[in-house]
Amino acid sequence: MKRLLILGPLILFVILAGFLAVGLHKDPSEVPSPLVGKPAPQFSLPRLDDAQQSFSPKEMLGQVWLFNVWASWCAACREEHPVLLELAKTNAVPLYGMDYKDTQEAAQKWLQNGGGNPYIHSVMDETGRVGIDFGVYGVPETYLIDKKGIIRYKQTGAITTKLLSDTILPLVKRLQAE
Amino acid sequence: MIPEIGHFALILALLVAVVQGVFPIVGAAKGNVAWMALAKPAARTQFLLVAAAFLSLAYTFAIKDYSVLYVASNSNSKLPLQYRVAALWGGHEGSLLLWAFILNVWTVAVTFFSKHLPQVTRARILGVMGLISVGFLLFLLTVSNPFERLIPAAIDGRDLNPLLQDPGMVFHPPMLYMGYVGFSVAFAFAIAALLGGELDAAWARWSRPWTTLAWVFLTIGIMAGSNWAYYELGWGGWWFWDAVENASFMPWLVGTALIHSLAVTEKRGSFKAWTVLLAIGAFSLSLLGTFLVRSGVLTSVHAFATDPERGLFILAFLVIVIGGSLALFAWRASSVGKGGAFDVLSRESFLLGNNVLLVVAAGSVLLGTLYPLFLDTLGLGKISVGPPYFDSVFAPLMAPAVFLMGVGPIARWKKAELPELALRLRWAFFISLATAALLPLWLGHWTPMIGLGLFLAAWVLLVSLQTLRERLTVSHQSLPERIRSVPLAWWGMWFAHLGIGIFILGVTIVKGFETETAVRMKTGDVAHLSGFAFTFDGVKSIEGPNYIAAQGTINVTKNGKAIATLNPSKRIYTVQNMPMSEAGIAASLTGDVYASLGEKLQDGAWSVRIYYKPMVDWIWGGCALMALGGLLALSDRRYRAAKRKAVYQPVPGAVAA
Repeated sequence: MKRLLILGPLILFVILAGFLAVGLHKDPSEVPSPLVGKPAPQFSLPRLDDAQQSFSPKEMLGQVWLFNVWASWCAACREEHPVLLELAKTNAVPLYGMDYKDTQEAAQKWLQNGGGNPYIHSVMDETGRVGIDFGVYGVPETYLIDKKGIIRYKQTGAITTKLLSDTILPLVKRLQAE
Repeated sequence: MIPEIGHFALILALLVAVVQGVFPIVGAAKGNVAWMALAKPAARTQFLLVAAAFLSLAYTFAIKDYSVLYVASNSNSKLPLQYRVAALWGGHEGSLLLWAFILNVWTVAVTFFSKHLPQVTRARILGVMGLISVGFLLFLLTVSNPFERLIPAAIDGRDLNPLLQDPGMVFHPPMLYMGYVGFSVAFAFAIAALLGGELDAAWARWSRPWTTLAWVFLTIGIMAGSNWAYYELGWGGWWFWDAVENASFMPWLVGTALIHSLAVTEKRGSFKAWTVLLAIGAFSLSLLGTFLVRSGVLTSVHAFATDPERGLFILAFLVIVIGGSLALFAWRASSVGKGGAFDVLSRESFLLGNNVLLVVAAGSVLLGTLYPLFLDTLGLGKISVGPPYFDSVFAPLMAPAVFLMGVGPIARWKKAELPELALRLRWAFFISLATAALLPLWLGHWTPMIGLGLFLAAWVLLVSLQTLRERLTVSHQSLPERIRSVPLAWWGMWFAHLGIGIFILGVTIVKGFETETAVRMKTGDVAHLSGFAFTFDGVKSIEGPNYIAAQGTINVTKNGKAIATLNPSKRIYTVQNMPMSEAGIAASLTGDVYASLGEKLQDGAWSVRIYYKPMVDWIWGGCALMALGGLLALSDRRYRAAKRKAVYQPVPGAVAA
């Protein structure tokens, strides 16, 4: 009995450590988005490369596409950027970006310094208004939108090569076949 | 160049820490005096090296060197100097460097105040602290290097998170860390005692002042953090049961239990194994707190860097330190002898009861904090555990603890008599009951929680008075002599307990009787709340060093008499384009009037939130009294005596009045 009492704290800790180890590989911020399964919010925003022109999700009806929210001030976007550049080269899925709470000048400079522009177009959401509609609470965030304009998948945080090949691209294939 | 010197100093510090961690402990086991003697010079050298690294980073912040990634990410050229320096611990890497630095401050303090310890014990203590340092320095150098260069350099920095640009940021983290890390000393003493197999009264006596000091720092740190949240977040709240607040609160609860358990071990020789377990527990919870904040397994307003790689490192470190020490405990604790016997009704059992309640309370906080993680891991869905859980679990656990706290100091060691105790405490009990029943009715309304809170507050205050009265009527001396004859340690206990009463009073009144309203105000509009009239006098713009602000003016009157002018403001920090509200508060002993500015509406109107927080400052006043109690206990003459004999001397407080 006494042995058991003395071993108790160690046993409890081992169980706790097990949970922590598994928990490490889970992302607590990966909250199931209420927007998944709903139509993507509509907007029309000026384009980053040419503020005279605008872009709206309506133009993408009939196509499966990725919508990536980024910013020049976002550290995790730097991590994600090379992955997106690789993705753009494969032409597997059209990639559009939204530059969130940022200035045009900083954003363009960031794209140049970061090794290029993976986006077909990026729009500017300087005030963060459209970000609110999408429920953006951390940058980067990425949405996969289907042919009918419905959000089918959302990723909070940087996209990794593994996530792309294991989850996003297979889902893109399936949606394109739909 | 300076950052490279800092980086290099950290590498050297790691090497020295390895020497400090390995040779003295092996030397102590083998009886090698020369190896044991390495502990002191190694500890001091390591301190100098880590201090050099710390100062290098501070200097890099001060001169605005944005070719260092960490500086560029957490500072800005327009940031005032005091915040540029405090920005050092505004991010992940720097706060770890602060951790390592403070660990070294404690270690070097041990080298200076441990002359009376046997060399073997001292070698083991410093060795254990060296090993902890190895872990943190490795962590810094491998995955959290604050000196990493950014090439090409940034033109300007990303600025410190505006939430952190506050005097609270300058004091709160260092105080908190002094507390957290301070428990490493008690931990090292416990491990040294386990390694040596000598768990005796002397070990408890040496540990006590270190534990008390760490506890004082932690108390002040938590108090400062709570106060900061109160005026900076603009919601009028002072405790949110956020994961990181919990991470600092759990070691506090266990540390409080440890302080009391150490007292019993020193005076009565009882609870030895339990005390060792608490010493391990307090520090383990500090480490666990670091893990929870840094690894990203939980979401929190405090979590600034989440990175699985770092999380894995800390987890491995955690398993080695906590798992290792608990295994050592399981191996050695059974050889610990039994202490003095005591009756079911005695000061020992009251203290043990309190101890268990404090630990269970800490356990319930831990459970609530990790519950979302457990469910997620088991695939049972995502939930958040919020204040309702903590309020409903914590209060019922603490109520009996606070009740026992009143009885403990008045009960005899070894064996107390229930009829006698009841006789001495009957007035306190009945007056507390009456207060709990009647005072709320006079104040406005009665709920079970208000009744319970007021009962406990009155109980603590009245029993404190009773304890003081009995203490001062023992002998036949004159009153001033009697007051002088009471040891400072006793006053420390008295003030700390009184602080708990004051704290409970503040919490109960503010939770039970606070009022708030959200109004739309134009210049000249008047709002009414709890008998106060708030007149909105418009908003003007103000320019700060790195922000622009709209500052409102609200004149507060009561019965036509001017009470205060509040200046809540809304700042936009230009670099991060982040809005922050600064509350306008007029504090007084009876209550705070509190206003915060919301959004600008059409035609010059603003949304304004107004609160009345009765007796809210008593919450922090109570904490300050607890910290004062700890400081008084530390100033007791037995700690000041230059050369104390190693024999065990009961202090006068040990004999019940």
